[in-house]
Formats: sequence, C-alpha cells, structure tokens
Amino acid sequence: MEIALTLNQRTLIVSLSGELDHHGAEQIRTLIERAITEKDVKNLIFDFSALSFMDSSGIGMIIGRYKLIKSIGGGVALVCTNPRMKKLVTMSGLSRLISVYSTVDQALSEVKGA
Amino acid sequence: MENRMKLEFLSKSANEGFARAAVAAFVSQLDPTLEELADIKTAVSEAVTNAIVHGYGHPDGIVTITCELLQTQVKIKITDCGQGIEDIALATQPLYTRSPDAERSGMGFTVMETFMDSMVVESTLGQGTIVTLTKEIGTIS
Repeated sequence: MEIALTLNQRTLIVSLSGELDHHGAEQIRTLIERAITEKDVKNLIFDFSALSFMDSSGIGMIIGRYKLIKSIGGGVALVCTNPRMKKLVTMSGLSRLISVYSTVDQALSEVKGA
Repeated sequence: MENRMKLEFLSKSANEGFARAAVAAFVSQLDPTLEELADIKTAVSEAVTNAIVHGYGHPDGIVTITCELLQTQVKIKITDCGQGIEDIALATQPLYTRSPDAERSGMGFTVMETFMDSMVVESTLGQGTIVTLTKEIGTIS
C-alpha cells in the first residue's frame, strides 16, 4: 500500500493506493495522527479512488479519525468509486456519518464549506 | 474440478495480504469473475484478521487455511488455536467488537456472511476457532 499526504490549507488529503487491511490501517493511523498534530489540520479527506482492496479494517480506521476530527470541530469526507468498498461503507453505517464523493474536488468544496 | 490446498503462517498482520492473495490465486482455477474473487478476498481477509487480532493477539500463533475446490464450489476453512469465542451468537452480531479501543468496526463476521454463500463458526474457549466459508462460483446468487 502507498500513502500520500497532501495539505490543502487546513484540509489533509490522505490518498491511498494498493490494498488497505488491518496491517496497513495501523501505519496510516500513526501517519495521520502525526500530521494532524504537527500541521494544525482541521478537515480530513480520505481519497480511496486508487485503492484496489479494502476490508472492514478500513472502516474502523476512518471511524477512529472521524471521532478525532469531530472533537476539534472539523469535517471528514470520503472519495470512493469502487462498488464493493461503497457496500462496506453502507453496511457499516459509516455513510450516515460522513459523505462519499466521486472526486477529491467535490469533497474539498464540501468540507471547506462546512 | 477437484483440488485442495493447505496453508500455514504466523499470526503476524503482515501475512494478511499474503493469505488472501494465496487463496485468490488458488480459487482462480475455477475461473471466477473479478467480483467473486474480490468477495472471497474480502471474506478471507476478515477471517484471518480475526484469527490474528482476537484469536491470538500475539504474532507467534499459527493460522491454518485449507481450501477445497469441488466442481463449482469453493470451501475455505480458517483455523486458529487461540483463545476461542465464548458467545458465538454475540460475536457474530453486526457492530459487536471485543476490542472497541482498537478501532475494530465490528463488521468482520457480517462481511463474511454477506460476501459468501455460507459461514459456519465453531469455537472452543481456550482451544481456538474454525470459520468455514463456502461460495458457488459461476452462479448468480
């Protein structure tokens, strides 16, 4: 799995490619927490458009970061087009907490406007 | 088509990707669709993660996977010799997790049930857990 972190003003965009499972989720969690503390991040966008695989560990990882961002008054969005990942997001109830978009630009305008 | 394989590996999280890729490569002999293969990979990943995180909770255990192909059916058995599950009915409920602090979503068994045709969980406290998953390949379910 490859991880790219991009900062757009106070919004951190976490772009993942490859496969996200329990093993990878641990790595991402550490990286994101560090970036949030060091870069004064308010909003978070998970860009999973280049991800080829995800299991429910990805859902747990997003929910954990959602709680953190909410506690500082920010917004979280997910960019995802893969039907199977979308099914996981719906099944877990995550789609009731955060919005899912097809592109990073759409997600950016949403979290920044919030 | 009749075939069988057995896989053993340490309960290290780095092996989760290896396990699902190995099962997917073996099942490919049945010429599944990409969707069927993705369903199997996801279900295996959930079962292996459960064995590593909940069954053992340490990296020195052995996770065993056997996979049987019988005509158009694939049967996958994921076994750990870890601590076992006290209440299977509770553990397989959606959103239940034994490790709420570890950011588990509590969706593992629900994902396995949804993405496969059948799931059977057998467990003995202190001895371990066997999860058996089956799926018909090439049929619309």
